[in-house]
Amino acid sequence: MPAGTLYRGREGMWSWVAHRVTGVLIFFFLFVHVLDTALVRVSPEAYDDVVATYKTPIVACLEYGLVAAILFHALNGLRVIAVDFWSKGPRYQKQMLWTVVGVWVVLMAGAVYPVLGHAAAELFGK
Amino acid sequence: MSADTSSSAIGEVQGASLYDVDNPAPYIEAPRKRTSKTPRSTRGNFEMAAWLFMRLSGIVLVVLVIGHLLIQLVLDGGVSKIGFAFVAGRWASPFWQVWDLLMLWLAMLHGANGLRTVINDYAERANTRLWLKGLLYTATVFTILLGTLVIFTFDPNIR
Repeated sequence: MPAGTLYRGREGMWSWVAHRVTGVLIFFFLFVHVLDTALVRVSPEAYDDVVATYKTPIVACLEYGLVAAILFHALNGLRVIAVDFWSKGPRYQKQMLWTVVGVWVVLMAGAVYPVLGHAAAELFGK
Repeated sequence: MSADTSSSAIGEVQGASLYDVDNPAPYIEAPRKRTSKTPRSTRGNFEMAAWLFMRLSGIVLVVLVIGHLLIQLVLDGGVSKIGFAFVAGRWASPFWQVWDLLMLWLAMLHGANGLRTVINDYAERANTRLWLKGLLYTATVFTILLGTLVIFTFDPNIR
């Protein structure tokens, strides 16, 4: 480890990095998402045209990535709250991170069919 | 240093105590300790409030956003059902209007404060920070106002 750095590696630092990266990605999506939803004030056709792009297979994969980012940020955010407010939180921060990762993997497996099923049906037929 | 006949290694000033039981040393306050003479802080508690807001809004957003994802991407055909008619159906109910409005405000403020922290961490020049945060605040105010306007003025019979 280089001297004079605050970066300590392992679970603590990498969960912090992942929390930042997912947070920034979600914020940029949110900005675009409010703009696309604002099209309901233009016309039903304008809105439906843009939403049609959300239903294409490529964007469905991006949606799966968005779900991945949001679920990690949400679960790890709860872990951060536990570290800050629960007296034993700092002691169990590593165990809590691996719990977050475990729950995240299960939820992401569960999200495969609902989020990507439509795209798969379009690509490969029913 | 010239030859010193004294056997003591401690110099005169260091060795002789200026104070004793009858003449005690003056008490020196610990640095930065708040006393009655300390002027009131002019900084306020903004950073602490922001820190607390991130945690409180985060808990609410977990519920609001995961519910939103379930409705939009998982239940009832997932993304394929979404369209103007679906939006009109949901915003006919004040419950979902309030849900979406609260989600918009909390998520935008939570995200804007997060990006503010990221800018403060990585933009080293004061001018860069100023411009990036100016852009961030402009985009945030614009997005919150636009989203709020859309929810309140939504017209299902626009055609």
